[in-house]
Amino acid sequence: MLDFLNYTFMQNALLAGVLIGFLASYYGVFVVQRKMSFLGSGLSHSAFGGVALGILLNTEPLWIAIPFTMLVAIAIVYLKDKTGIETDTSIGILFSVSVAIGIILLSLRTNYSGDAYSYLFGSILSVSTNDIIVTAILSVITLATFFFKWASWAYASFDSELAISDKINVLRDDYLLNVLIAITIVVAMKIVGIILISAFLVIPAASGKIISKTFFQMTIISIIIGITSSIVGLILSYYFDIPSGAVIILFQTLIFLIFGIIKRK
Amino acid sequence: MQNIILSAKNLSTGYANQLFLENINLQIPESSYVAVVGPNGSGKTTFLKTILGLKKNYTGELLINNEKPENVPSTWIGYVPQIKTIDRSFPALPIELVASGIKKNWVGVIPKEAKDKAMEILTEVGADSYAFKSIEQLSGGQLQRVFLARSLVRKPKLLLLDEPATGIDLVCELSINSLINEYNKKHNVTVIMVTHDWSAAYHHTNFVLLLNKKQIYFGESKSAFTDENLQNTFSHSGHHHDIKFGMKELVNA
Ligand SMILES: Nc1ncnc2c1ncn2[C@@H]1O[C@H](COP(=O)(O)OP(=O)(O)OP(=O)(O)O)[C@@H](O)[C@H]1O
Ligand SMILES: [Mg+2]
Repeated sequence: MLDFLNYTFMQNALLAGVLIGFLASYYGVFVVQRKMSFLGSGLSHSAFGGVALGILLNTEPLWIAIPFTMLVAIAIVYLKDKTGIETDTSIGILFSVSVAIGIILLSLRTNYSGDAYSYLFGSILSVSTNDIIVTAILSVITLATFFFKWASWAYASFDSELAISDKINVLRDDYLLNVLIAITIVVAMKIVGIILISAFLVIPAASGKIISKTFFQMTIISIIIGITSSIVGLILSYYFDIPSGAVIILFQTLIFLIFGIIKRK
Repeated sequence: MQNIILSAKNLSTGYANQLFLENINLQIPESSYVAVVGPNGSGKTTFLKTILGLKKNYTGELLINNEKPENVPSTWIGYVPQIKTIDRSFPALPIELVASGIKKNWVGVIPKEAKDKAMEILTEVGADSYAFKSIEQLSGGQLQRVFLARSLVRKPKLLLLDEPATGIDLVCELSINSLINEYNKKHNVTVIMVTHDWSAAYHHTNFVLLLNKKQIYFGESKSAFTDENLQNTFSHSGHHHDIKFGMKELVNA
């Protein structure tokens, strides 16, 4: 029954899955509450530009995609702060520019047939040791933010002006949050796929919100859903040989629907 | 000679590059009760936010207890924002809102002492019965009380209230007004309150600030509501509405 545990690729995928399930569902609560769902798809498509560059340069795409996506995340906050351009608008622009760059770069590599497909839809076969190391480091940092940053991110999510009036450096916090979300999206990309990442970021938090009375509860429930759905999704993906991202998202949607029905009663 | 708790000289403030609220000049003595009156969009909220230190780009001088707004400790000022600007979709309980006022940050798990303290003040403002009801389900007046509790729990020296009586029925309004009065008198708290209720401003406050993108009047409440002042405050510059503002009705109200 548990024979999949004998395969190294499956051990890697499960380990990475649990970690990205935690990361995405944790940051997702801020994304949902700040009504920035578009950020997920914007950043993941930007990551595509970075991946394409990595493939063209024949290096590990991760090393290019991470700084590339971080830069986009910083640009979004910067434009909002300095020019008042709405986050939605700047994401829309940066998103398309990155995809355009990505497509051109990939077309330059004529002999390329590789794993673009797995980046789009997610694959459990593709998780490398590098992926796991980066994801693990990010998870440790994220766990620390739970103790040192969660409260001020929550406060600013509720009302940024009240937070500023309490001397919280909301701008610095926003930069940090966006950068960490950007890295999360890059590391989650391989398992979940570029196309489905924004759902992966949003659905656990949205489900948690349905049945939570407090933001703290919402955070905890979201994390539980994020981790559980990754494990269940990866196992189903293994047995039925279908793209992992799709299975995870459908499982999360099922939970979302069940919570919705429970709530209506 | 009373202490001056807030003083503005040639203060202009607003958004980004647009300082639309101009030429504020006033001195507010400690423990006075000030009403800020003006039409929609006249800059009332902007004025309060400047005092709070939320507007970095003001020009002129603004001193709160002889400090610039950004140097005033946050516990010094209690602030009740305009309720219509609050995001009620945020999953939170009144007790958490008050606890955030105590801790100056959001709190995931509220420590026992903070919880007791929060309950105490919620009881004082008459909001204890819904302390654990989600803010999404509260009426405007109930949420108003919760924010009042949140601002009072810091024992502020200066209380900034943005339309604390809007959308509240008369009985609630009277009890909120008397609560504010009590804090003003017994605890020597200086109160600056944005209100559309001229009658309350006339009868209960010491000073009135009339705003319409600039300072129209600042001074004793009793001499604030002259026809001329009200015309200047509430009439558009382009055309004349010929509103009759009667002093008599106000005095008899
Ligand atoms: N984010 C913003 N950016 C630019 N201008 C703004 C912004 N918010 C408000 N304003 C403008 O600032 C002016 C004053 O707004 P303010 O909120 O201070 O008015 P107010 O007197 O509190 O009005 P109300 O009675 O409606 O609460 C308005 O003319 C408004 O159009
Ligand atoms: Mg206002």
